[in-house]
Order: sequence, then structure tokens, then C-alpha cells
Amino acid sequence: MSINRRDFLKFSAGAGLMLSAGAAPAQAAKTPELPPEAVGILYDATLCIGCKACMVNCKKANSERGGALYHQDTAGLIPYEYNEPDKIYDAPQSLSEKTLCIIKAHRDDGKEALPASGEQHLSFLKLHCLHCIEPACVSVCPVAALQKNPETGIVTYNKDRCFGCRYCQIACPFNIPMYEWSKASPSVVKCQLCNHLYAQGKYSACCEACPTGASIFGKVKDLREEAKRRLALKPGETYAYPVKRVDGNERTEKVVSKYVDHVYGLNEAGGTQYLFLSGVTFDKLGFNPKITDQVYPDYTWNYVAAVPKLIATLLVAGTALRVVTQKLDKNKNESGKGDAT
Amino acid sequence: MKAKVVDGNGNLLSSVTRRDFMKFCTAIAATMGLPMTAVPKIAEAVTSPKRPSVIWLSAQECTGCVETLLRTGHPTLDTLILDLISLDYSETLNVGAGHQAEAHREKAIAENKGKFILVVDGAIPVKDGGVYCMVAGKPVLQILNETAPLAAAVIALGSCAAWGGVPSADPNPTGATPVHEILKGKKIPVVNIPGCPPNPYNFLSTVIHYLTFGKLPALDGKGRPKFAYDRLIHENCERRPHFDAGRFAEEFGDTGHRLGYCLYKLGCKGPETYNNCSTLPFNDTPGCWPVATGSPCFGCSEEKVGFHSPLFSKAKVIFPTPPAQPVDAVPEKGSGAQKFAYGVAGAAVGAVAVALATRGGKGDGSSSSGE
Repeated sequence: MSINRRDFLKFSAGAGLMLSAGAAPAQAAKTPELPPEAVGILYDATLCIGCKACMVNCKKANSERGGALYHQDTAGLIPYEYNEPDKIYDAPQSLSEKTLCIIKAHRDDGKEALPASGEQHLSFLKLHCLHCIEPACVSVCPVAALQKNPETGIVTYNKDRCFGCRYCQIACPFNIPMYEWSKASPSVVKCQLCNHLYAQGKYSACCEACPTGASIFGKVKDLREEAKRRLALKPGETYAYPVKRVDGNERTEKVVSKYVDHVYGLNEAGGTQYLFLSGVTFDKLGFNPKITDQVYPDYTWNYVAAVPKLIATLLVAGTALRVVTQKLDKNKNESGKGDAT
Repeated sequence: MKAKVVDGNGNLLSSVTRRDFMKFCTAIAATMGLPMTAVPKIAEAVTSPKRPSVIWLSAQECTGCVETLLRTGHPTLDTLILDLISLDYSETLNVGAGHQAEAHREKAIAENKGKFILVVDGAIPVKDGGVYCMVAGKPVLQILNETAPLAAAVIALGSCAAWGGVPSADPNPTGATPVHEILKGKKIPVVNIPGCPPNPYNFLSTVIHYLTFGKLPALDGKGRPKFAYDRLIHENCERRPHFDAGRFAEEFGDTGHRLGYCLYKLGCKGPETYNNCSTLPFNDTPGCWPVATGSPCFGCSEEKVGFHSPLFSKAKVIFPTPPAQPVDAVPEKGSGAQKFAYGVAGAAVGAVAVALATRGGKGDGSSSSGE
């Protein structure tokens, strides 16, 4: 028998319900909004002396239990990167599965005359995860292994959820997530702002180790204010720069050098919780000039938002088709049997 | 305070001014990283009339540890052995000799049972019943086994007593054994103060910590006082900036060596040796420790390094850190393409040359040979 009108209407109603249910979470593109307790780091390249205490302390702190470099099979061991046969330096060439934080340098060797803008010949850059306000890695992660903490805004990674698709690596405009290619059971490695230390009353290891106040930890709101305050300073003035924490008592006085009038990370990629100040333009520090203020998940949101709808539609349509064909087959078989006997 | 000093040991301390004395107490507190509030406590402890008895046993040793102690500036040896401690037995410093000295040792042990400090320098031979080191007709192994259970604390001074040192170097013919291994079964606390010789202030500070607080200072996993041995020599080395910058002396007497470059490639064991040589001048004499004189550290105070690993072999860097030179923020690109372009150009030139040569060859033989 063919399906009757009643059954058909039942399916149609069900499909409609499912479609609307699937469509419910799909909203319009979000505008980046800072989480209420967002924490971050302000890095001032004009204060950085390139001592790399942050790199050393980062590895130490993150190799402890709970850290982003901690592995059960190598518990307590610090992963070093050797580039020379003697194995005497931990010398990463870029961020890697063993290095969450790296100091890089821009040098023009003084060959060019000092630019008219008063730019420096030498500048350092401390690179690690920028903890975007709207992270692309989180938006592409199919299993929510990467998540943005709704309170602190830290982009965390859960090894147990990750199934290794590495979409995050492709999605990140700053090339931050790294993958343990050398391991049999690899995971993604990235800075998680030392969130395993907060319970102990500590904070990001790089800021704890920074002797000059180049890296300071604090709430993003305070850091943004501090950055704006610094841009308003005149070169040659003396300013008491906070050290380690923006809200701490420790301060160090230093003559202000000339800043590029821009806070990197205030709007880039929709804003990040890691902010940069520098004496040289940011493209010289290795930031891709193609990165605009565009919120990265927005690029794909129109398509990604349609995925639940698509799945629901396919499911419903498939089920309907299946039921229809099943009934048709049954009828055919029954009539065939009747013919044979 | 002054009155107390004079009261306690008037005749001996008459030459020491109060200022000098407090300077000594402060220096001792600083060595151990104690706060300044501990200084009066130390002063009180070291002027107390009850001086702890110290029995000093020597086994397979060179007397270097005692000799170093004889040359301390603050306190001087006489202050130490007559005012701070009561040195009741030491083979090097005994006034008496022979049976008289032995009798005094036994008397002192009997009088201070459970209260005296036992200092041992030198490794203990255990092979053939310990006959390779005999004192007063008895193997030193037997003397140690008899004395140690009666002591309040045992201090193994020098690398021989702490790790076995020179006598235990291959092939270790006498079965030289460190003190803590012999006393392992007896649950007697042993403080290791390794070094060949150790900085005497590491020893003095340990003794004075015991006098002041009635307990031993915090020890690490190998029984060494943490105030002296919790950091690698490499971490605080005065030549460290050269290491970080990759400036090494390649051989003795070369330009780098003369300029004071890092001695790592000459076999310096600083990166694997825990000691405070680089922060506390040996016997108050700055610039006299090996690395400062241009001689690589040979790891005298580290177990299995000094006397066990070859002098000029490169050390294993236990805690590597990034080099001074940072990587470029914008790595240079296009060098590969450039090389490829050069290669293509080279190949083209070669092809043209070959083509010309072949063409020449195809021409008239006599004329081509003349070309």
C-alpha cells in the first residue's frame, strides 16, 4: 500500500519541528565581547631586554602537573629543543610542540638610517597564544576540545576531547597551536595562560619571571587602560612601570621611549587578551599585515551556522525517503509473491 | 653583648672586637641565607659556655679538608676549635699523641654520649675487613661503626667522605666507601659537605646552624645542606654570559681563553655540579676558584663527576636555557628560491658549454683541435 495522506502529514510536521529545533542555536554573527573577568598579558617591547627568563619559566611551570606541556609519560621532565650536537642550549626556532612562549627579535643592524618616526633598530617580541576574544580555533573545533573560558576568557585545550583534526592550526591567524607530530598519540600544544597556577595563587609564569615589567599580567580592562596611559606618555619622561602584575605594588622607573601609536590586540582579529606595545611597527615584529580587525569566526559563521539545519534536513529527508522506499518495496514484494503463487 | 663575649671566653676573645665578632655572625647568617634577626641568636649560641664536643675522624684522606679549615679568616681556627666547638679529637690537630690521644677520644665520647658532633673526612675502606686504613691498631671502619651510633649528628666532610672521592676512583682497590653508605642501615643522619676541599664556610655554617637552632639545616635528597648546594655552579657562574652568547675557549691558551670565555668546551663540569663556588668566594678569597683562574671546574663536589668522569670531557648540561641570540621575528625568506635560481643558471651555462663543445667536436677535427 502507498502511504496515506495522514502518514505523510505526520512526517511533514515532524520534519518541520526538527528543522526549527535545529535552527534555534543558529544566531547572527556575534560581536566580540570581553568576558567579565578576562585576564591577559600586556607586553611592552620597549621594556623587554631579551633575557628569555619568560621562556625558561614558562617551560618549567608548564611541565608541572596541569601545565600545557605536562605529559603523564614524561611527568616532571622539561621538553628541551636541541639544535646543536652538544645539546647545551634549549634553542627553539619558533613556537613548537615543546615551546609555548618564545622571544624573537627584529634587528635592522643599523644599516638603514634611523627612520624619521624615531623607530628603534632593535626590538624583541614575545610570542604565545593571544587568547582572542572570538577565537577562530574554538569556532572550528568540532569536538569542543578548545574552549574559551566564559569567565577568564582563557582559551583552554582538553587533550581528552581532541581527536587530532588540527583545524585549529589552520584556523589560527597567528600560527599558535602546535601539534606533536613526533608522538604516537599526539595532542595540540598551546599557551593556556598558566591557568593551572591560579588555584595556587600564582599567575602566568612568564610575567612572574619578567624582571623589567615588559610582560605584565592582569585583567584585560586594566591592561587596556595601562596601554593607553603609556601611549599618552611623551618620550623622555619618567614613568613608574608596573612589574609582574598591573595591579601589583612592584614598580620600576624608566625613561619612556617612543611608542608606535597603536595597541596591537585591541582590535586585531576582533580583539585579543594579549596586548602589545612596541617601538617598531608591528609588521616588522612578524605580525601578518593581512590580519585585520575582522572577527575570524565571522568569516565562516554564515556557513557554519547552517550546518545544524543541513544535518537536520538531511536526517528528516533521509528518514522520509527511507520510509517511503521501504513501504514501496514491501508493496512490490507482496504483489510479486502473489504473482508467483 | 660585649660583656657576654668577654665573660664567656675572655682570654681568647680579647683580641676580637665586638665589631669583628658581629661581622662574623652576620657573615655566617648570610652564608646560610638566614634573616638578620638570626644574628643575635647566632652570637648567643657561639658565645655560650657549653661548647659542643666534636670528634673528628680521618680515614682515607689527604688532610686537605682540615688544611682548608685551618685557613679560614672568620672565625680563625683558634676561635673555632677553642671558642665555638670543643675539638676533642682530631688526628691532625691533637696536642697529645698515641695512647694519650686515643684515651682522650674515648673519654670525650663517654662524656658526651648522644650530644657530640662526629666529623668524618676521608673515605672508609671496607675491603678485607678495612685493613687499608688503620688508626691505633683498629680499622677505621670499626672505629666509625662504634662511634657513629653515639653521635648527635654525623658530618661527612669532603668528597671522599661524602661520595668516596679519590680513593674510590676506578679500580677502587681498597673498597673505599662513603660514610652515608656505611651508616645507611643504622638510621643515623649524615650531612654531606662535598668538595675537594669543600669551602670551609659551608662546614662552619652547618656547625653553627646546629649550635644555634639545635638542628641540622635543610638538606637535599643527597644529604647536602640546601643553603650551599641547591644550585648548579653554572647558574651563577661569572663566565655564564659567554656561555649564553656562544663564546667558548676552544683550547688552553687560545684567544678565547685569554679573553675569559666560557670553559665548557675545555671540560668544565659547572653545568652538572651543585655547589656555591660561583657565589661564595673560597675561603674569603675572591677570584681563586678554578673557573676564575681559567681552569675548568672538574666537578669535585658532585657524585660520579669529580674523579669519575674524564677531566676534559664535556659535561651534560642538566638545565639547558635558550642562547643569548634570539631568533628573527621575520625569518628570511626566499633564500631557497635564490639558490634554485643560481642552480638553474649554472645548469644553463653548463648546457651551453656542453652544446658548444659538442658542436666544436662535430666540426672539422683539425680546426677544432687548434681552437
